[in-house]
Amino acid sequence: MSPDGPPPGPDPVPPVEDERVERALGTLLRHGVLIAGAVTVLGGFLALTRGGGAAANFATFHGEPEPFRSIAGIVSGARGLDPRSVIQLGIVCLIATPVLRVALSLVAFAMRRDRIYVVVTAIVLALLAVSLFSARG
Amino acid sequence: MSVTAFSALVFSGALAAGMLGALTGLGGGIVIVPMLTLLFHVDIRYAMGASLVSVIATSSGAAAAFVREGFANIRLGMFLEIATTLGALAGATLTGVVSPHVISIIFGCVLLYSAYRSARPPQEHVTAEHPDPIAVRLRLNGTEPTPHGPRPYAVQHVPLGFVLMVGAGVLSGLLGIGSGVVKVLAMDQAMGLPFKVSTTTSNFMIGVTAAASAGVYMHNGYIDPMVSLPVMIGVLCGALFGARILAGAPVRILRTLFAVLIVVLAIEMLVKGVRGVA
Repeated sequence: MSPDGPPPGPDPVPPVEDERVERALGTLLRHGVLIAGAVTVLGGFLALTRGGGAAANFATFHGEPEPFRSIAGIVSGARGLDPRSVIQLGIVCLIATPVLRVALSLVAFAMRRDRIYVVVTAIVLALLAVSLFSARG
Repeated sequence: MSVTAFSALVFSGALAAGMLGALTGLGGGIVIVPMLTLLFHVDIRYAMGASLVSVIATSSGAAAAFVREGFANIRLGMFLEIATTLGALAGATLTGVVSPHVISIIFGCVLLYSAYRSARPPQEHVTAEHPDPIAVRLRLNGTEPTPHGPRPYAVQHVPLGFVLMVGAGVLSGLLGIGSGVVKVLAMDQAMGLPFKVSTTTSNFMIGVTAAASAGVYMHNGYIDPMVSLPVMIGVLCGALFGARILAGAPVRILRTLFAVLIVVLAIEMLVKGVRGVA
């Protein structure tokens, strides 16, 4: 580090700007959780009205049936108001919330022309996409 | 037991876990998997799926409040999320290969470490000088709000912190937890961040890390709606309620009780795992 001034490099982003964007994103996250919670609870009620008396057996792992493993399967089941599909749809909304947050951060960094962080955020988003859309092994 | 009765019982357990987690500041997520497997005899893979879902819910629900306080370091969080999501993808994929008994043993070890950490909180090593050159390049250094105005801090040992974060991600994906303990290890201890900054930034990162595992979990069929629903709603309600009554709560006693509970659960998980392997 040179003794005669601050280290070279891009100008720091004013923290206030950062904070405004982040506050908006924080609110988005909370709404996402609320929506996801509401959808799952709705599914829970549907399950109660339609024979919640079935025996619970989660001691042995069968893996979820195919329709509950993919977004397409879950959405089509939820359209028919199948209780388990509706709950699963709520969980998909919940998982989507932080992903959406990262996507919007990417837009915010791009608008500020913060090239390094556009790249950083794009990598995170790509890794999330690999997890969500990759074909099952 | 009927599904309705099962859900009601799991809901009460998750409610208590969420409340304890919020009151002690240790996070309730870590006790969900042991509770489901030991108490309700749920297969560990369904338990991990439900736990992971509740981790996303609490992290996302709390993020707004943390950002408002001005402690979370957003750029540092985003940069380290590369490490945690990468680790989480690897960890979640490993769950398809590693035996559930081995997962149980690793879980026990992580629980023991968490209990140790909650009994002996680490020291802060904050300095405003000699930041890691990578931290300067990526503009990771920041300030922490204090009653006497903002206090600057310099981020140290970025590569070490990054590697530890990959580890935190692997554990998160492998066990279905937020692994806040390892994140704090990386940020407080390796990178020299103030406590408040590291805990809030860690919380901010947990939701994204868990989402990276959740996709793989869903594809592998670990997320069961009837297990995840009562856990997610229970933990959320518990966390909200716990945060409300925090002011008057005997936090020290609760922390000790929680640490004892974690040790007991750790031993049970280890025994269960070792029996299965042997």
